Amino acid sequence: MNDLLIAGGIGVAFGWALECAGLGDPPKLAGQFYLRDFTVLKVMLSAMLTAMLGVFWGGRLDMLDPGALYVPETYLLPQLVGGLVFGLGFVLSGLCPGTSCVALASGRIEGAATMLGLFAGVLLVGLAFPAIEPFYRSTPHGPLTIQRLADLPYGVVVALVTVVAVSMLAWIAKREAAR
Amino acid sequence: MRPLRPYAEPHATGVCLGLVLLACFVLTGQGLGASGAFASVASGVVGAVSPETAAHSAYFRSYLQDGSPWTAWLVVEIIGVLVGAAASAALAGRMRPTFVRAVRPSGGRLFAGVAGGILMGVGAALARGCTSGLALSGGALLSVGAWIFMVALFLAGFLAAPLVRRLWP
Repeated sequence: MNDLLIAGGIGVAFGWALECAGLGDPPKLAGQFYLRDFTVLKVMLSAMLTAMLGVFWGGRLDMLDPGALYVPETYLLPQLVGGLVFGLGFVLSGLCPGTSCVALASGRIEGAATMLGLFAGVLLVGLAFPAIEPFYRSTPHGPLTIQRLADLPYGVVVALVTVVAVSMLAWIAKREAAR
Repeated sequence: MRPLRPYAEPHATGVCLGLVLLACFVLTGQGLGASGAFASVASGVVGAVSPETAAHSAYFRSYLQDGSPWTAWLVVEIIGVLVGAAASAALAGRMRPTFVRAVRPSGGRLFAGVAGGILMGVGAALARGCTSGLALSGGALLSVGAWIFMVALFLAGFLAAPLVRRLWP
């Protein structure tokens, strides 16, 4: 019960933040792929940096244990192909799974259309699963992290990712200022 | 028609979203998600309509094995997302009920929305996560698969964008 209260509370905050940023607005999301509107990258990079640095420094200051967190497992080919298919769907609908819910909640019928498609998509995979299961389970690498792959200390990878992400945000800001 | 209130500053909102993700890590040991909720509900429907079909697919079975798929963590979280987004939009005067305040989307746009949803459903199922569950949450934990997914997603999006330019004038 306690778990579900946390789930609901986290969900409310998640939906609130996405709506505030304007990520329930399909033309705004699609605008990212035409380099017209950089909200998607700005929000994603800022959120990713905040959480990554929070986990790293939380670990350093003994406030949490980064090793106890669930790291999504790597399945090289399914995630590469899945990402390509997903990106195609993203630019077609101008929404992703979470933001389709935000679009519907803020009154946009497009959100319902995308949610219907998502439901059909996972249903298709589930029904066809016996046929695609070998591919689904191919190229497994377990909970592989960049630091383990590159054999670098955790802090070095965190610093490198921070530099790359901040440079991207700075490039976006410069590009927008030039307009 | 009253003008709609502008959206919040994206970097600051991103930091807030990151803090929500961090709170989720601390409280539950894992990240946020969205596509898993759709998979859970789909598995619940198939399990109720045709238990044999559900038993035949390891994908559906994985969502039916620990408790009811209707009250799975991600399903409750997504219900929260709907509530939070609706509250935020209403309080900020940004509710845009289609056919009332907003321009009615074209049939082509709605069709593309469904088609895009199907592709994202398939992609997220193959990759074991979507933009929130894999790219954002896994990216913050420096998962290799999450970064591969994220790069592939943006690559495909940028490459396909000129082909569907008519959808987004």
